[in-house]
Amino acid sequence: MNFDFSEDQRTIKATARELLASRSPFERVREAAERGRYDDGLWRELCELGWPGIAVAEAYGGQGLGAVELAVLLEELGYAVAATPLLGSVLAATAIEHAGTDEQRERWLPGLAVGELAGAFGGVGDLVADAADADVIVLVEGGAPRLLARADADVDAVEAIDPTRRYARVQGEGTALAGDVEGALGRAGIAVAAELVGVCQRALDMTVAYVSERKQFGVPVGAFQAVAHRCAQMLLHTEGVRSAAYFGAWAADAAPERLAEAAGLACAVAGEAGREVTGSAIQAHGGIGFTWEADVHWLYKRAQLDAALLGSASAHRARLARLVAAQRATAAAPA
Amino acid sequence: MDLTFSARETAFRDELRAWFAANDSGPEPPMSSTGTREDEAHFAWRRDFQRRLHDGGWAAPHWPREHGGRDASLTESAIYFEELGRARAPLPANVLGLLLGGPTLMVWGNQEQQDRFLGPILSGEEIWCQGFSEPEAGSDLAAVKTRAVRDGDGWIVTGQKVWTSGAQYARWCMLVARTDLEAAKHKGLTYFLMDMDQAEVQVRPLRQITGESEFNELFIEGARIPDEHVIGGVGNGWKVALTTLMNERAGLAFFLQVRLRQLLDDLIDEAAARGLLEDDVVADKLGALHVKAEILRLTAYRGLTAIEKYGQPGPEGSLTKWMWSDANQQLTQLAAELLGPEALVTGSRWGYELLRARGNSIEGGTTEILKNIVAERVLGLPRAR
Repeated sequence: MNFDFSEDQRTIKATARELLASRSPFERVREAAERGRYDDGLWRELCELGWPGIAVAEAYGGQGLGAVELAVLLEELGYAVAATPLLGSVLAATAIEHAGTDEQRERWLPGLAVGELAGAFGGVGDLVADAADADVIVLVEGGAPRLLARADADVDAVEAIDPTRRYARVQGEGTALAGDVEGALGRAGIAVAAELVGVCQRALDMTVAYVSERKQFGVPVGAFQAVAHRCAQMLLHTEGVRSAAYFGAWAADAAPERLAEAAGLACAVAGEAGREVTGSAIQAHGGIGFTWEADVHWLYKRAQLDAALLGSASAHRARLARLVAAQRATAAAPA
Repeated sequence: MDLTFSARETAFRDELRAWFAANDSGPEPPMSSTGTREDEAHFAWRRDFQRRLHDGGWAAPHWPREHGGRDASLTESAIYFEELGRARAPLPANVLGLLLGGPTLMVWGNQEQQDRFLGPILSGEEIWCQGFSEPEAGSDLAAVKTRAVRDGDGWIVTGQKVWTSGAQYARWCMLVARTDLEAAKHKGLTYFLMDMDQAEVQVRPLRQITGESEFNELFIEGARIPDEHVIGGVGNGWKVALTTLMNERAGLAFFLQVRLRQLLDDLIDEAAARGLLEDDVVADKLGALHVKAEILRLTAYRGLTAIEKYGQPGPEGSLTKWMWSDANQQLTQLAAELLGPEALVTGSRWGYELLRARGNSIEGGTTEILKNIVAERVLGLPRAR
């Protein structure tokens, strides 16, 4: 039992944190968001570092690392709320790699792995993350994913409340991704949950810093229990979604038989935790938190769209309860 | 990252499971809702099971071998409490001695004290209780007023303690008392072992909202404690008490986590049997509790890794007790909602659990205090007011 990152994974995390802190501070995020564009310089740099292909097999030009390493990068991406098409690209690559045919993999993965192609992922009728400029889109309908080349897709760009990403509504036939659909969608959910871990952690860090500085009645507002307890609650949510996302990433790499259960857990918990923690961050910042300049709103907006991408938490929870009941009925049945 | 158990840990679990399979604790006697006689039968059941654990060498695997333990690692200790819960066996009657008293003696006790006391703790022959809280010193432990006054080669103690679990069965009390009125609040305290078997110590069971009596008031009117029962030196009581408190939650978290899981599984079974899971709202609510139970388990394991790897708990270590009490209260409330009248009958299992769960967010540190601790020690916020 070792529920922690390896030395290599810690190094990846620290390097990613450092890189994004210097290349994608909030001024850059805001600039990209206000222009309705990605931060192209940052995206090129991340591609040169091989981020989009971190979990793609080496045979397809990726780095051949696992879901845990991908989770590490996405957590840091969320921490920075960086304006890049990384999430859509890695989600599309994950879906194609695990549920695609050899032909589909060969067609799309090499380009996605090095960032020559951008991907998108989302549901029919939903705002599909990173779809506005994508070359290839994975569209999910009723739990079944299909693959659409840009030329075959009807893409209607939408300015979502999260302007750090370029969303679109997408329609089109495409071709089915018919392989390990459950594994592919499970991994995608876990990856989104990992981004939300970073979003939550950033919201918490910003809030703790702010309430430790901001004084009213002669003391830092963080000394008031109403504020301090709100921060404690934010930590509870953050650590909870962290436990679920890390467990999921580990299961994806090392215990595929537990992937469905782990993905269900991550999907059920991450969206609400993200919304709760980032909403709390705005509240704890007071009036400042409601201003455009304060930057906490980027986290809140990202959390809202990520939560939507994960789908209904109550549906995930209901599915989990029925799964447990079914497993227990099977275990209790005479052999 | 590896969330599987090592060969050694698996062997430990297998051996333990085999032992539990061969040593059923038998059905749990009902707790009393009207008096204390049934409570005594319940305690006797736990005491008897501790003797069997002891005979099998399983009373305290987390203790060092030289004191009758198994040198179990933290993970093995977690496995032990999970399996104890899974076997639906009771916590050993002397849980406070095993988890708190023994480990405190191993740090602060001298050779004579260790030789005298550790054996009977392990066997359950002598039950221990914890005399820390007072009417005016609950969360604020350093405010204790119970006085110990030097008298020849011993001490005379006068004061009152409260919430003392198991005092009605205990032979020894881990007592924190004030020995120096002049010293600053934390510095005038001394940690004693008080013999409960004297007329100057009166135990009055407190009746809980469940009707049963787990905890008590202690009225101490000139009780005598010899010098050799001072633990860790005169005036050092605060430090010794902290050792006791630091041991308080470590292993128990895993026992409680498994108990929560069992209650939830039982409720899911009952709901399924009544066809309630077809209702999306019910399935959602049960799923929400499944999520909480799983997050608790995973977070507890992350905490274990943090301690094993870095020697100290990470932020997650402060959260598990809060998560557990919150989940257990919601779970028992949901049971009452789903099962209706039969969960509200006195003496019913769910009725009992519903009432007992209210204590979860108070016992062993209120949720409000835990939030303060998280805010100050984990997040580094200014001291709350």
